[in-house]
Amino acid sequence: MTISQFAILASALFSIGVYGVLARRNAVMVLLSVELMLASVSINLVAFGSYWQDLAFSGQIFALFVIAVAAAEVGVGLAIILLIFRNRQSANVDELDLMKW
Amino acid sequence: MEITAGDWFSEPQNWVFLVFALLMVGSAIQVVTNRNVVHAVLFLVVTLIGSAALFLLLGAEFVAWTVVLISIGAVVVLFLFGIMITRAPMGRDVGLDHARRWPAALIALALFTLMSASMTSLFENQALGERVVRTGDLGESIFERFVIPFEVVSVLLLAALIGSIVLARRDPSEEEQP
Repeated sequence: MTISQFAILASALFSIGVYGVLARRNAVMVLLSVELMLASVSINLVAFGSYWQDLAFSGQIFALFVIAVAAAEVGVGLAIILLIFRNRQSANVDELDLMKW
Repeated sequence: MEITAGDWFSEPQNWVFLVFALLMVGSAIQVVTNRNVVHAVLFLVVTLIGSAALFLLLGAEFVAWTVVLISIGAVVVLFLFGIMITRAPMGRDVGLDHARRWPAALIALALFTLMSASMTSLFENQALGERVVRTGDLGESIFERFVIPFEVVSVLLLAALIGSIVLARRDPSEEEQP
């Protein structure tokens, strides 16, 4: 196994996630795409950790941190979406243009 | 250590990688393009299972099972709850994507080209180490060297827990009003 194959796969998944964030209109679907991007980042972290042969296993530990932060992000993000939905009866990100001048 | 194409295809691990990589990319594309919201979430499960398999391939067993437990077990269920609570249309939905998605696809393609080209030119065909990391060693490293970041992550999780409860809970004073 080479480092490049994991890097290419992770960048493909990350780009697909970027496309999802830009193209989706439902806020829950945007969060889903962010989750995809975080998964690709943790693949990169574990692959590079295996490449460097670090004795402290930094790559895997930071992948665990990424998973924990992703769980926190989904919790808070869904709570915010729920609040927006309760106030505006819609989870469409195009309609959230309060800050647009 | 450099690896040629012939060596690459003769390794059985690489075939396993190829199968899971294609599965992951295919289901990730389904996650961002599927018109059915629930199906998109279920395709995310397939992608995460693929990433857990790659972690096993890399010898990161604890990370693989953490992905299965937390991402597949908890986060996906949270997403399904979110979809049901916000009453996103459960069936096919035409308005789920923007009308103009070509600029987004162009940006994603440019990003992929940039990132993969820079990564491959920098690291070329260098081999990965083959080492299975024992969970005990990982735990020792977390609680010795990374104990401060670990505590910070615990505080972050607590803050997220309290914050999401405070945000999502209905105000009692609001409910009394008709």
